[in-house]
Amino acid sequence: MHNRAITSLAAVPRSLLLGAGALLALALPQAAAAQASLLNVSYDPTRELYREIDGAFSAWWESQGHDPVEVEASHGGSGSQARAVIDGLSADVVTLALASDIDAIAERTDLLPEDWQSRLPHNSSPYTSTIVFLVREGNPKGIQDWGDLVKEGVEVITPNPKTSGGARWNYLAAWAWAERNGQDPKTFVGDLYRHVPVLDSGARGATTTFAQRGIGDVLLAWENEAYLALNELGDDQFDIVVPTVSVLAEPPVTWVDGNLADDAERELAQAYLNFLYTPEAQAIIYKNFYRGWDASQANPDDVARFPEIELVSIADFGGWAKVQPEHFGDGGIFDQIYSEGSQ
Amino acid sequence: MTTRPGAWSLRAPSPLPGWGLSLGITLTLLSLVVLLPIGALLIRAAGIGPAELWATISSPRVLAALVLSFRAALVAALFNLVFGLALAWVLVRYEFPGRRLIDAAVDLPFALPTAVAGIALTALYAPNGALGGPIQDWFGVRVAYTELGIWIALVFVGLPFVVRTVQPVIAEIEKEVEEVSATLGASRLTTWRRVILPMLTPALLTGFALALARAVGEYGSVIFIAGNLPFQTEIAPLLIVIRLEEFDYDGAVAIAVAMLAISFVLLLLINLIQVWSRRHTAGA
Amino acid sequence: MADMTVSAPLATAPARPRARAVGCTEEPRWLRWTVTLVVLALLALLVVVPLASVFVEALRDGAAVAVASLSDPDAWSAIRLTLLVAAVAVPLNALFGVAAAWALTKFHWRGKAWLLTLIDLPFSVSPVVAGLCIVLLFGTNSLLGGWLVGNGLPIVFAVPGIVLATMFITFPFVARELVPLMTEQGKAEEEAALTLGASGWRMFWTVTLPNIRWALLYGVLLCNARAMGEFGAVAVVSGKIRGETATMPIMIEMLYNEYMSVAAFSMAALLTLLALVTLTLKSLLEWRYADQLAASGRH
Repeated sequence: MHNRAITSLAAVPRSLLLGAGALLALALPQAAAAQASLLNVSYDPTRELYREIDGAFSAWWESQGHDPVEVEASHGGSGSQARAVIDGLSADVVTLALASDIDAIAERTDLLPEDWQSRLPHNSSPYTSTIVFLVREGNPKGIQDWGDLVKEGVEVITPNPKTSGGARWNYLAAWAWAERNGQDPKTFVGDLYRHVPVLDSGARGATTTFAQRGIGDVLLAWENEAYLALNELGDDQFDIVVPTVSVLAEPPVTWVDGNLADDAERELAQAYLNFLYTPEAQAIIYKNFYRGWDASQANPDDVARFPEIELVSIADFGGWAKVQPEHFGDGGIFDQIYSEGSQ
Repeated sequence: MTTRPGAWSLRAPSPLPGWGLSLGITLTLLSLVVLLPIGALLIRAAGIGPAELWATISSPRVLAALVLSFRAALVAALFNLVFGLALAWVLVRYEFPGRRLIDAAVDLPFALPTAVAGIALTALYAPNGALGGPIQDWFGVRVAYTELGIWIALVFVGLPFVVRTVQPVIAEIEKEVEEVSATLGASRLTTWRRVILPMLTPALLTGFALALARAVGEYGSVIFIAGNLPFQTEIAPLLIVIRLEEFDYDGAVAIAVAMLAISFVLLLLINLIQVWSRRHTAGA
Repeated sequence: MADMTVSAPLATAPARPRARAVGCTEEPRWLRWTVTLVVLALLALLVVVPLASVFVEALRDGAAVAVASLSDPDAWSAIRLTLLVAAVAVPLNALFGVAAAWALTKFHWRGKAWLLTLIDLPFSVSPVVAGLCIVLLFGTNSLLGGWLVGNGLPIVFAVPGIVLATMFITFPFVARELVPLMTEQGKAEEEAALTLGASGWRMFWTVTLPNIRWALLYGVLLCNARAMGEFGAVAVVSGKIRGETATMPIMIEMLYNEYMSVAAFSMAALLTLLALVTLTLKSLLEWRYADQLAASGRH
């Protein structure tokens, strides 16, 4: 009595199954095609840099007589990327915003030796950067240095240092300036955060808030991020202001021993990281607004644009092992700033 | 509620087959997808210990985030209660061009990816956006990056729930009832107050609770439009993500358990409303 | 509780008999117009304009640019992954929905109320909490996760984790559609089929399924619409590897963060279109089969 209904109904699950099968077939070749691949787990602002590096590296690797390699990339906040690796994201190499995030991986898992930072030159940092100010065209609020950020009516955009590596450098740069200018650093940094109307979780989110949403008068940004924003969003809208004091930000890289199955994979991962120090890669690094170490092949214009700043390094603060818990740990100085600010 | 009183065996006898199979599939999938993951959370929470859990949950910043999540969800659900009722009434009772289209549009927030909704709403309501600019100029109110922005995102995600719960009930109201009320001399306002609203109350409450439950946990659309400032515009789900990024699993678990408890209470409330409304309508 | 409609978005009102006596059974004309206008204006501001802005942004540089941005290999793989996840998660949830509804509505047993509550639970759990639960269970630092990874079966930061997160979020949809309907339908027809000598499966295929087909399809469409767009839970378990574990919503966020707003909004527009197709199918169903749907236990 239900004959017609049966035929039409029977067709439903079957076509669904067929559809599912077709989709599976679509998805499978993609997995099968992954012959030699390398997963680089990195932080937010390096997307453009590594896209270019990965292309150059693949070409170089093949020219050395190896099989073609596919470099895969994952980007996000430095802390959340480190957490993903701790929870099992099988990164072959990590290229994060600060050493403390890689330290966290070494501490919480057996994937890395504790002394990972001594395995590559320059503290395992193939490039460095610093923190500068991005202001609106013509600098209407007249912002020249850190002290101007806490003036009445100035809104500062910076991400949350708890989640963003870049924001931790911002915070430390402000701290360093206050120390050098006879102010109580804790009070100054506290004042600074009271001028922050939006606390994004990552550097990119903060740049978007400032540049595209029109919030705030000044963005504390990675130097590379500031130049990139000028490039991508129009240099007739923003100016870069270089403060008198800033930090030497060293974003480190390392290979993740525990995720490398055999010698071939280890060789590939190490070759990839060593490649970052070659003149060819360093030229790309300069081009992407990072400060490299070897300018021999770089376009001189790319090198010349970086101004001289007094740079304070993390060692001057006593190293990440001391800074991380003291300033950014649970109940640390940053937490105190906000719990006091709320009263 | 459907268990027969006095049934001593686990299951009342039935001639129909497939109890074992269907229950087997149900329990297997339920365990794999829902119970095991939530169990993992609870086990982890048990390992932390109640004192520590409470210390985390009652810390000012977490409390502020939970209160904000709950308050914003409540405001949005209340707004949706009124707005959703009006919209449902208009869609069922009034004739106007494009009614079918509008009716279909109500489902959009349900199907639109929350991240897309968040980005689109932020772009519109930011101070330099198409709507945010004029609003700031005329009313001096900033929408995006304030609690107002959170409300808008939550109204967006919760709207279909109220409309779609109330709509069928309005459609079923017999016009005769209203006519009788009118014949007996009641004004339209009195008819609304004494006849229509009581009939709609259970559905309205259900829709309200659903919109509320959805809004308390919403993440994707809110983080774009909220300012994410601790103590001001930081919602509880965001705080969970922040804790995770600090490698503070215990902190994340504690907040998650608190939210889970809130969700469970809400759910219980929804179900109680259901039971109550059934009795109520049965007795009416 | 059984006849509560979580996924009430389905229940569109059947066409209303047109107004007859205008008078005390209607609001005054001015009030009708005011309410209609206010409501429509709000709907436009809150729903229609944001949606339209997605398409405007996507087409800002012309349709060709929008289409080109979607043919990028990473974009393609995100589209494929999203369809794949939906193709696995939705049928499994449909299977679950039918099985749960069968067990819940055709038999009387203890613990039914508990099961109903548990089925509802995912609906009110924050997506972020759902993602966290899955990481806690299947992350490498857990017993189970460690063992699975050791045997080459990673769940978190791989496709299975994304499927699980999606299933969690959309878990109650089909069951919620079927339970009220099947409660109302009772079991007399099935019992009659058995008495006439049909086997259990034959009874299911010839009696039960035809009776619930529209509600089932309905639930599946809803489930699908929600599954494709899930962001919060998937973001926690995805690992965000371009071309591998990035679904369309994740890819939209990534592109947006890369200043590629046309590409981001193009993908958002595509995802919205997919959702619109689903919703259109749903509306067509409502329109053609209004009577069957009306019979499906709306109260």
